[in-house]
Amino acid sequence: MGFNVELLEKLVSVYGPSGDESLISATIRKEISEYVDEITTDSLGNLIARKKGEGKKIMVSAHMDQIGFIITDIDKEGFLRFGNVGGISPDISLSQRVVFKNGTVGAIFSEPMEKSSERKLENMYIDIGAKDKEEAEKMVAIGDMCIYYSSFAHNDNVVFTPYLDDRVGCFVAIEALKRLSNTDNDLYFVFSVQEEVGLRGARTAAYGIEPDFGIAVDVTAHGDTPKAKRFAVGLHKGVAIKVKDNSIITHPSVRNSLIDIAKAENITYQLEVLEFGGTDSGAIHLTKTGVPSGVISIPTRYVHSTVEMASKDDIESSIALLEGYLSKKQ
Amino acid sequence: METKDLLEILSNGNGVSGFEFNLKNEIIDAFGKYTDSVRLDRLGNIIAHKKGSGNGAVKILMAAHMDEIGFMVTDIDKKGFIHFTNIGGIDPRTILAQEVTIHGKEDILGLIGSKPPHLQDQSEQEKSIKMEDMIIDTGFDKEALSELISIGDSITVNRKMISLLNNRVSGKAMDDRAGVAALFETMKELEKINHHADVYFVATIQEEVTMAGALTATYGINPDIGIAVDVGFGRTPELNNSNSIEMGKGPGVLLGGNIHPGLRKRLVAVAGDYNVPVQTNVWPGPSGTDARAIQITREGVPALVLSIPLRYMHTSVEVLDLKDVSHTAKLLAFFSASIEENEMEGLLCF
Amino acid sequence: MLLKKLTEASGVSGNEKEVRDLIKHTLEGYVDEIKTDRIGNLIVHKKESNPGGKRLMIAAHMDEVGLLVKDIDSSGLLKFMPVGGIDKRVLVSKTVSIGEKKLPGVIGAKPIHLQKRNEWSKVLDMDDLYIDIGATSKEEAEKHVSIGDYVAFDTSYMEMGNATIKAKALDDRVGCSLLIDILKSDIDAEIYGAFTVMEEVGLVGAGPAAYQIKPDMAIVLEGTLCYEIEELDSHQMPTLLGKGPAISLIDRTTVYDRALRDQVVKIAEKNDIPYQYRKTSMGGNDSGKIHITGTGCTTTGISVPTRYIHSPLSLISKSDYDNTYKLVEAIVKEFEKGAI
Repeated sequence: MGFNVELLEKLVSVYGPSGDESLISATIRKEISEYVDEITTDSLGNLIARKKGEGKKIMVSAHMDQIGFIITDIDKEGFLRFGNVGGISPDISLSQRVVFKNGTVGAIFSEPMEKSSERKLENMYIDIGAKDKEEAEKMVAIGDMCIYYSSFAHNDNVVFTPYLDDRVGCFVAIEALKRLSNTDNDLYFVFSVQEEVGLRGARTAAYGIEPDFGIAVDVTAHGDTPKAKRFAVGLHKGVAIKVKDNSIITHPSVRNSLIDIAKAENITYQLEVLEFGGTDSGAIHLTKTGVPSGVISIPTRYVHSTVEMASKDDIESSIALLEGYLSKKQ
Repeated sequence: METKDLLEILSNGNGVSGFEFNLKNEIIDAFGKYTDSVRLDRLGNIIAHKKGSGNGAVKILMAAHMDEIGFMVTDIDKKGFIHFTNIGGIDPRTILAQEVTIHGKEDILGLIGSKPPHLQDQSEQEKSIKMEDMIIDTGFDKEALSELISIGDSITVNRKMISLLNNRVSGKAMDDRAGVAALFETMKELEKINHHADVYFVATIQEEVTMAGALTATYGINPDIGIAVDVGFGRTPELNNSNSIEMGKGPGVLLGGNIHPGLRKRLVAVAGDYNVPVQTNVWPGPSGTDARAIQITREGVPALVLSIPLRYMHTSVEVLDLKDVSHTAKLLAFFSASIEENEMEGLLCF
Repeated sequence: MLLKKLTEASGVSGNEKEVRDLIKHTLEGYVDEIKTDRIGNLIVHKKESNPGGKRLMIAAHMDEVGLLVKDIDSSGLLKFMPVGGIDKRVLVSKTVSIGEKKLPGVIGAKPIHLQKRNEWSKVLDMDDLYIDIGATSKEEAEKHVSIGDYVAFDTSYMEMGNATIKAKALDDRVGCSLLIDILKSDIDAEIYGAFTVMEEVGLVGAGPAAYQIKPDMAIVLEGTLCYEIEELDSHQMPTLLGKGPAISLIDRTTVYDRALRDQVVKIAEKNDIPYQYRKTSMGGNDSGKIHITGTGCTTTGISVPTRYIHSPLSLISKSDYDNTYKLVEAIVKEFEKGAI
């Protein structure tokens, strides 16, 4: 099966910062509706698609929200001040283009700073080219959110684009769903909201679903670039099966099941011990009486930048592993 | 089995947060002897149920966490040295020149390495070494080692429990296997006493990282009262009286926002009635124990914390006085026996 | 297992009796003379069948680094001082054994929960540390411990990894063990074995030992620095594990005799024994005293690469031990032939 670049490009390009995921939710709903038995959206905005089965309930979660910016002020000259939505770095944001839900495009720049290391988001602003406040307010209101402007690129080895985090996870879940033949398991594909601001969507989705097992599909960091902090995960070394991050130590039964499937199906994999960060499984596993949970991670360089980079082979391995896990009777 | 023997087995055993299953047989066997049923829940908590005479009208949960702090393999370098990270809070100064076991396909002995002193100028000895600059040496090369262990394997310090003077013992993971031992002794005490309430003894997982065990076990049991049995800072010269409790003088009965005041009053009164020594320790908000999770489960659970005095917490030479474990168990048993359904409303009234 | 017994015995500098007794006992019947000199060195003489040649001294020190009880505080905790070069950073969170009765104790540390931010980046001074034996008062502690009691690390001998050995005090029980093996062997040579005291606190025993023996040549057997991590360049690694005995060039106490060193290298090559040079000028050993005692003598330093010395544990490779033995044996034979 070929690598569906078009779908991935579409997914990373649709607007959906944490708290306003309606457009990406609609896009995904359209993409998967013919492959599932039911689709609902819960009160927080999670898109929950069920492929029915008689067996155990498995919840797959990939978050569809993105990090971005929220406008807090518009000054007399029409410049926008902003706060962060999720983990936004001043260094990375400087001189980036951003786009609002209504298509308004702006550029992020900064007040002059003596030392660039002292630059904080409060010293920065967005310039949408408005001549004054009045004109700016016609395009943008306080409370509007914007995201990094899309710039998708790829070659034979890798894709690089903003928002692989976690649209590539959505992509992996969708592709696995499409490839799935019938399975005994009762599958819930959750495209969760508000992961970037605290795993909020996955928490309520899991409470409602009460799954027997949870699998999050998300990006992870890398340790394979010049002078990178030691971290054994790198690109082109296969899907990463998470052992721990700051939100979870994955359940041994789920982790070992993933490892066994990877071995049995010759899927290249690596093990991941991340010393920071968290993902949807961190919320899922604490639900009610507890949900044994694991994580399928896509090794990604430069996470939370506009040039997030992942290997096509690793993405394929991730799809294969998820498909394998979901097909196997749990 | 004597409580001290169980404590020794548990302290010498291994069960870093997320890897508690290594201890399950020992705890299930021990708890099973003095309770009506014992089960392993799906996250790995061990839950023992001891029925009271009240047909389950009142449920008391007692939680002690069985996980311990430790390490995890993050990488194996070209020379065959293991790089690692901590699970739970560990002072990097306490791990240099420590013997460890890597729990891989088999248990592998390793040594935590550092530069020998001769190679460094004196000033370098004044800097503490960061964990990321330490390695574990197993005497294997990378190829051989990669067959035996993988990234993500857990690591514990090698330490056998030893007896010191005065009923004091030293070992690793007394935090909170001492609490698990106290639960065991409480069961034995309750064999001798008539009690109305049902008591659920839970050896919880992952207290040191996410409190996943206490959260989910409490949700399932839905108790009327929850008690975390954990360790408290045993007094040593470098600690203030205000943040430590004395060794051998009974458990600390925590006071603060995490604690239900009415229940605490009852607990202290019971201690007085039965001449069990107790101390007071204070913590303002949610405590660093399972009670933090217990208190906020479902519609909320009134909580208590008993702290067994423990010196050198989160090192591999934690010291406790076994007398404090028995005091704790006695108090837990008498307290449980004092709880009747018809007075719950009054007891819980603020 | 000799090396197990040797490393598990305690012999902090100035308190070598347990080690000395063990060595004496082991050698009885294998050598011609054993005596303990006036400062505690064990001097052993193995005669050859046709005496008359030069005198060879082989030295290894019996002592190890450790601690000494200097005070007992009102709560029954023991304050201590270091004996020998101990990096204070390795002491925290260890078990120790105190005095002749080997009373167990632990060195604890402040709980990380009560530390101020970044407190763990500061090194704990020896004065901030103490040993807890479980006593509740000074009076009680004094029934079990006296000021001046020696304290040794409590580490067991174990084989691990790919033919490596973990133990405490491999510096220099590995030298003692090699010397015992040589003395017990059937080599026909005139050898004076010197098991010295208090090397770690200033090469105390070696001078008087050499003074009594008056050697023409001396071999000093040591467990020496071995440190190799990925980030280091090759010149920064003094020795490498598993690459054979390390031959000394220079250290803080000796410039090793060049001619003798060349002969040692030639012997190693002739016998296909792997060897390496000790690539640092740091450290020192008994040679520093031996080569300048009396009218002086030539010395060679031959060491087993030992990782993590001067800490509660250390690690050697069995192959290094075996190759060091082969090299020393070959040197002794050449010496006996008069070739050196």
